[in-house]
Amino acid sequence: MDTTLLIAAAIKIAVFIGITMSFVSICVIFERRFSAIIQDRVGPNRTMIPLSILGFKKDLALPIGGLTQPVADGLKFILKEDFTPSYVRKFFFWLAPVLVVVPALLTMAVIPFGSPMEIAGNVIPMAVADLNVGPLYIFAIASLSVYGITLAGWASNSKYPFFGGVRACAQMISYEIALGLSIVPVLMFFGGLNLGHIVEDQVTNGWLLLPLWNEGGFIISSGYWADPQASIQRLLLLIPIIISFIIFTTSIFAETNRMPFDLPECETELVGGYHTEYSSMKFALFFMGEYAAMVVGSALIVTLFLGGWSIGFGIDNLLPVGAWWVSLLHIGVFLGKVTFFILFFILVRWTVPRFRYDQLMNLGWIVFFEAALINVFLAALVIAYPSIGFVGVAIGFALLITASILLIKIAKGSLEKPSATAV
Amino acid sequence: MAIIKVERPKLSIGEKIYFGAIFKGMVITLRHAFRSLVGKTTGAKELNSSGVGVTMQYPEQKWDDQLPEYYRGAPALVTDERDRERCVSCQLCEFICPPKAIKITPGEIPSDNEWAKIEKRPLEFDIDMIRCIYCGMCEEVCPEQAIYLRPDYVITGTDRNEMVHDKDRLYEIGGKRVGLVNKWNDLK
Amino acid sequence: MSEDAPANTVTAEKELPKDLAAAAGMVNVQIDGEWLQVPKGTRMIEAAKLVGKEVPHYCYHPKLSSPGNCRMCLVQMGMPPRPAPGQAPVYGDDGFQEIGWMPRPVIACANTVAENMGIRTGGDLVEKTREGVMEFLLINHPLDCPICDQAGECKLQEFSVEHGRGASRFKETKIKKPKNVDIGKNIRLDDERCIMCSRCIRFMDEVAEEPVLGFSQRGTHTSVTVHPGYRLDNNYSLNTADICPVGALTSNDFRFQMRVWFLKETKSIDINCGTGANTVIWTRGNEVFRVTPRQNDDVNSSWMPDSHRLSFNNLQTDDRLSGPLIKKDGKHLQSSWMEATAHAAAGLGMRQSDEVAIIASGRLSNEELFLTKQIAKALGTELIATVPRIGESDGKLISADRNPNTTGASLIWNTSDPAEKLDAIREGVSSGRIKALIVLSEDLLKEANFDSSDLKKLDHLIVSHTHANPTASHADVVFSGAGFAEKRATYVNVTGRLQRANQAVIAPGEARDDWESLAALLSQLDENYIPPASMDSILNHISSEVSEFKGQTFGSIGDLGIQITETGVTIPLLEQEKARVESGQIVG
Repeated sequence: MDTTLLIAAAIKIAVFIGITMSFVSICVIFERRFSAIIQDRVGPNRTMIPLSILGFKKDLALPIGGLTQPVADGLKFILKEDFTPSYVRKFFFWLAPVLVVVPALLTMAVIPFGSPMEIAGNVIPMAVADLNVGPLYIFAIASLSVYGITLAGWASNSKYPFFGGVRACAQMISYEIALGLSIVPVLMFFGGLNLGHIVEDQVTNGWLLLPLWNEGGFIISSGYWADPQASIQRLLLLIPIIISFIIFTTSIFAETNRMPFDLPECETELVGGYHTEYSSMKFALFFMGEYAAMVVGSALIVTLFLGGWSIGFGIDNLLPVGAWWVSLLHIGVFLGKVTFFILFFILVRWTVPRFRYDQLMNLGWIVFFEAALINVFLAALVIAYPSIGFVGVAIGFALLITASILLIKIAKGSLEKPSATAV
Repeated sequence: MAIIKVERPKLSIGEKIYFGAIFKGMVITLRHAFRSLVGKTTGAKELNSSGVGVTMQYPEQKWDDQLPEYYRGAPALVTDERDRERCVSCQLCEFICPPKAIKITPGEIPSDNEWAKIEKRPLEFDIDMIRCIYCGMCEEVCPEQAIYLRPDYVITGTDRNEMVHDKDRLYEIGGKRVGLVNKWNDLK
Repeated sequence: MSEDAPANTVTAEKELPKDLAAAAGMVNVQIDGEWLQVPKGTRMIEAAKLVGKEVPHYCYHPKLSSPGNCRMCLVQMGMPPRPAPGQAPVYGDDGFQEIGWMPRPVIACANTVAENMGIRTGGDLVEKTREGVMEFLLINHPLDCPICDQAGECKLQEFSVEHGRGASRFKETKIKKPKNVDIGKNIRLDDERCIMCSRCIRFMDEVAEEPVLGFSQRGTHTSVTVHPGYRLDNNYSLNTADICPVGALTSNDFRFQMRVWFLKETKSIDINCGTGANTVIWTRGNEVFRVTPRQNDDVNSSWMPDSHRLSFNNLQTDDRLSGPLIKKDGKHLQSSWMEATAHAAAGLGMRQSDEVAIIASGRLSNEELFLTKQIAKALGTELIATVPRIGESDGKLISADRNPNTTGASLIWNTSDPAEKLDAIREGVSSGRIKALIVLSEDLLKEANFDSSDLKKLDHLIVSHTHANPTASHADVVFSGAGFAEKRATYVNVTGRLQRANQAVIAPGEARDDWESLAALLSQLDENYIPPASMDSILNHISSEVSEFKGQTFGSIGDLGIQITETGVTIPLLEQEKARVESGQIVG
């Protein structure tokens, strides 16, 4: 194998893990400052660089508004007493936090961070592994993190962590179905599972959620309508895609145990949920795992629906291909989009109150599962329009509506409580 | 008791989807965040906000002039207008102190002192401010009106010994209090 | 009338309660509506106490005469009306005459009960009277309770809460009297606080028999003073501070040391002489603040000599030993108990039995003396003695024998004089025949006429003591022991009364109860010896081996002790008290 590629891969691994980890810190400071501002507070704003412990006379107080807070937090976590209760199952107790962090970091491997860079004649894709089964890989690995949480709950040998673990298990399995089904339309549209290709497709044909341009130009230009049927079809496709987007985003919330779906660790009911018995760096690993999952989730949403690293609006086509600065620019754009989604995650957390567990399950199994299922067929009809013609679509649509009504009826029936005649 | 059955409100399709409500909620949150960021939160002015939310940047900004008269801060000993110790170390405060923060070593006033007739005064008077709960029982129980809770609340130290207020420190915090206390009465 | 006549005869024939009582030397009294029989000549206040009615009083003290000058104990009294000449007394169905209540109250402390008498310790009249008396008593009282040492155990405080009116109507100037007067080495007088109950005057006169106190001036200016040219330096002067119901007389030693409400009381006994006066040890934390006498009519009445009660100050000094010491190269080094015990035993084990001697102390408790005897047995030595401490009796409470447990030593060692072999030991040491010596709680150089050159001849000297002392400085091994307030133990006083001392504080540092170090040493010397688990099990051993102690446990001794043998020795003060009771001077 080419040594350049090997070295590049090593550098990519180091850089992208580094980026993810620093994003975790940034998430924390964003979360703390943003939530403080929402709640009329200030938040951590005065962490400085403690030069005095190194022997200097004064601490270095930079006007950075407490941006060094994550460093202080991290240091605190490392220096805190690592307390392991005597009654836990030691091996699994130690294993659990690792099992939460590692999958979250592994999933980063297939995300294309930027446009491919050309170094010494080699075109290097800006993803650690340019797999042809990207989303599948992500789902496969991400679902491993539930083992960590469940193990933590069980190994703690304490009732609240156990509840938390069981809840997490049930919740993640439930939402993985909706998660997987919801992107089927997306994958059907792109016709492939390579995330790099998906992004490149969006560069030329407009972002999935924002199909305003294609090779012909913008939606207002005549070039855009060079193939009117394809263009209309593309716009029509927005309906299943938006449904997909909503289901996918919501399911990501549930998968990452974020508010309003943070039932495995809801402190009002379960003390601290699965990490009640954890302290120090072991607790911090859960924390990191959760935030890393949030970063990966955001990155996935951005990649699938919002064009990944592309600047959009046809600008990418004007830039030289493979130049290093273009790659870096694209990485920057990608991270900007991810940051936007992280802020969105935080905003949702401080807006929407926590669900009840049965509501969560109903939403996952009865609403999202069915909606995603119907959505697959809806997208299929739109995509199949050129080949089966108007009549085919009409018949298909009628069938779909009938099936949907039936499905909704069954779903409603399952929601109804048994009649109260016994009383 | 009458039982009133409250019907759940019927939701329209739009309301059932919830997304409108969630979106509205997010707008409200964002608007609030923005107002907070520019220091326009309700009450920011009255509460002397530092610019974000209603929070005061504590060590730099303080609210001392707004402290109420009855504010219960650090307990301290007071002297009268002629700098005489009011405390006679009766140890009632030590007795009543719920967290046992007060420790008094009583002492006799030397006979050559002008006020030897009072006979007794504290030789040592320590209040452990780590223990103190600012309840004000000592002030309430004091028969000589010698101990008061002052508005001082910035009680800090870098070790435990520093947090123990000795007699000198207590008089320094306490200062003077004017007004007749029975024991000085010459006619008595 | 003719119909009544038979009924009258029946009544006359039926024995009346008064006759029944008189036969037993008793009288019938009605107290707050309840009839009871009390011995003839009982004071009304004592009769009321029998039915649980405490009449408030200041000047009355059962061990002193009753002048009746505080007027606090006023109660309402009633007698059957005197029948007109020729009229027979009328008895009700219950056999008692109707009581005619007197309109003015009488003092309960100095009046004795009579047949068919009625006493009311409550009611409007009595309560009003008490309120008035309290108000008068407080007129010139300075109300300096925050300063006064008596606060917390002050009868004036107690009764003004219970019976006072809450506020004074007195607007005039209070009388100024001398304050903070130095009248004796142990007592401080504050005349403003005095309520003229005269308890102290009577005590000094009747019990201490040194009447140096008295009243001077008249009316509201009356004040207690010492007679010109005299001072209250009697060895019993601190008892006046105990009986003073207010803060007029306070102890110089305890002055402004601690408020009494912080102090924990532990019942114990005094170990400064053979009398073994019963005491209460007052402590806060791990510090003894004062010792006061505790009433025990078989030992010390209610009193205690000053010299004994102030001796607790010697316990908490700087030269206390706080851990075992071993001498190495002429220097005493701190050591562990294991090491010290092993070192002590190693020095003893190789000796011939006649090379070893033990000097114990009459200050040791029965349990420690018993262990000493067992050690002597294990070493095979006959040379075991206490150091006698014979002084002069003061004719009251201080016994001639200044050792608290000479009787115990005699009983446990089964000898008539536990000190008899001391001279033999001294001679043996100075001649160099005795090579190893164990000294327990004694300073031989000061108290037993030993010479320091003699002690230098010893190969192995083990000293157990509470304080550093000259003898201990010669010792090869020093055990640090517990002092009197620091251990639970039993003693037998000069009259043969087994008494119990209780632990009030914990010995400082590593210092141990003597029995623990002795038992540890014993188990090193004798492999078969099983060390006792506690003081109680040693007392069990004693009770099985010494006939006088048969059946005695710490529980059976009780707070007041128990007579286990008769030595024929009496306590002079008790004899004097008995005479005063018999002559009717005091209630006793």
